Amino acid sequence: MKRNLWVARIVIFLTLAFLIGPFLIIIAAALSAGSSLAFPPQGFSLRWVIAVFEVKSFRASFGLSMFLAVFGTVASLILGVPAAYAVTRYRIPFGEAVRMAVAAPIIVPGIIVGLALLRYLVIPVGMTVTLALFLAHTALVLPYSVRVVSASLENLRPDIEEAAVLLGCSRFGAFARAVLPNIRGGILAAFILGFVTSFNQVPVSLFLSGPGVRTLPIDMLAYIEMTYDPSVAALSALLAFLSIAIVFAAERFLGLSRYV
Amino acid sequence: MSDDYVVLERLKLAYGETVAVHDLDLAITRGELLALLGPSGCGKTTTMRAIAGLLAPAAGRIFIDGADVTYTPPSKRNVGLVFQSYALFPHLSVFENVAFGLRIKREPKPSIDARSRAALATVGLEGFARRNPAELSGGQQQRLALARSLVMEPKLLLLDEPLSNLDARLRLEMRTELQRLQLETGVTMVFVTHDQSEALALADRIVVMKDGIAVQTGTPEEIYNRPRDVFVADFVGFDNILYFRNGMLTSDFGSTDTGEELPGSDALAWRPAEVILGSGPMQGRVIGASFAGQYREYVLDTGLGKIKAQAPADAPPHTIGGLVAFELPLAKAHRLPGTGK
Ligand SMILES: Nc1ncnc2c1ncn2[C@@H]1O[C@H](COP(=O)(O)OP(=O)(O)OP(=O)(O)O)[C@@H](O)[C@H]1O
Ligand SMILES: [Mg+2]
Repeated sequence: MKRNLWVARIVIFLTLAFLIGPFLIIIAAALSAGSSLAFPPQGFSLRWVIAVFEVKSFRASFGLSMFLAVFGTVASLILGVPAAYAVTRYRIPFGEAVRMAVAAPIIVPGIIVGLALLRYLVIPVGMTVTLALFLAHTALVLPYSVRVVSASLENLRPDIEEAAVLLGCSRFGAFARAVLPNIRGGILAAFILGFVTSFNQVPVSLFLSGPGVRTLPIDMLAYIEMTYDPSVAALSALLAFLSIAIVFAAERFLGLSRYV
Repeated sequence: MSDDYVVLERLKLAYGETVAVHDLDLAITRGELLALLGPSGCGKTTTMRAIAGLLAPAAGRIFIDGADVTYTPPSKRNVGLVFQSYALFPHLSVFENVAFGLRIKREPKPSIDARSRAALATVGLEGFARRNPAELSGGQQQRLALARSLVMEPKLLLLDEPLSNLDARLRLEMRTELQRLQLETGVTMVFVTHDQSEALALADRIVVMKDGIAVQTGTPEEIYNRPRDVFVADFVGFDNILYFRNGMLTSDFGSTDTGEELPGSDALAWRPAEVILGSGPMQGRVIGASFAGQYREYVLDTGLGKIKAQAPADAPPHTIGGLVAFELPLAKAHRLPGTGK
């Protein structure tokens, strides 16, 4: 009995150490006063945190990543909410196949998706890299949108739409007035989940970069190859805090964990 | 087609392959209060959904006020439906639930306020306007569902077991309210219940349904006194149903010689009050006894199976386990023609 307890404690400790440890190391490295990325850090200073904001390419790639995360997720919701509605409310033909197809982007390795887009859209058709990135991120986030929104639709009784229709609403009006307000939480949760997924995405974006067009994570990879200073660590720490803040806000106000 | 407000013509309703209602023919008079009475799963809700337009018929037609509405969308039918499941909007307050339909109709704001308040008062929920539906009891939710439909003043009001969750007093109040509404506004109402006493008390006419078929349609008196078959008879309180064949009374459990001759092979039915208890040619063992105010009700185990009988409450009670003589008086028997086995 006692031995089991000790084993459990050790497992829990190791798990937490591996989950949180890297994060703590990154923060420590970011606050280093030295000029190369190293742990343990040499001294303490905020110079690298400040330096992050002075790197021009970071500003551009941050802008692109923000754009992709916001509009890619919005696009995935525009596609995903009706898809989730159809899959949960109707026994549509090949419903199972639709579910599978929608889930494909998380099953197929991202690097293959990125390579395929580059090989078959960007190179032969001449599609701009930005558009290819937008499509890739929309597709990547779509499974989360469909799944999270489906979950909240399944918790919503279908008869209230019928009640709305009998009180004079059109079919669309009933959806807008009786369904949407009740799945608002799910849609916001899907947005946040999609935003974070898209923002942190590396493999899909790896092949999709051009002159001056890079997502932030790819830009950081490129930067680290050239300059081995702690500003990447500082940027990582800043991004991690941003993600944590978003997820906390979501949990606090929406109960994100109910939907995932 | 004089005064028929709703006409169902050979209506067939199905969920995919399963047919829930077969060839239903029904005419509902303007201003009538019609009850659909039947056991669980007999197709009452299904019929209501079809009239409201939420379920497209597999065959047949539906007319409302002379117009063929078989393919008219529900929002254009001017029909109110109180759902068996209430179907309240969880994101809206009690008040906003009631005001919902008026807002869709873009009524002027003062009128929305006044009418919604009046509807809430009608069902006794005026103090609950700001709550959420989830913060109401089952009976309060049911009354809210009723108010939400009433406030629209529909020409046709469909009520799917609207009183099932209310206590006896509230139920009586709401019944009276529905009857007042019917008289004052001339609204046509269809009312689903599986409680025969409610149907008898409230309805102008009753349709008894079984397995998706309308077995008998008639006034409460007709249904109560002249049930057409064993099923209807059983439903309106003829608890003792036996078959008469070759001078023998038989049931699934046994038979008894009555010493009399009756032609045919009809079923005979007695209400518990019509069984003579304490004397007679037959005997049974008391296996159940319950006090019901004016009378006591007994269940006897007899050679004919279980027999239900009543005796005045002031008569000396029979004890469980004791033997009691009884008689099924042929003179009082209700004959159910053509149903003998
Ligand atoms: N959505 C559905 N899909 C398939 N079959 C259904 C569906 N709804 C109802 N049924 C079937 O249709 C038949 C009639 O159902 P209905 O809901 O009309 O019964 P009801 O008379 O209202 O019963 P209750 O008194 O229990 O409400 C039942 O056998 C039921 O199993
Ligand atoms: Mg029902």
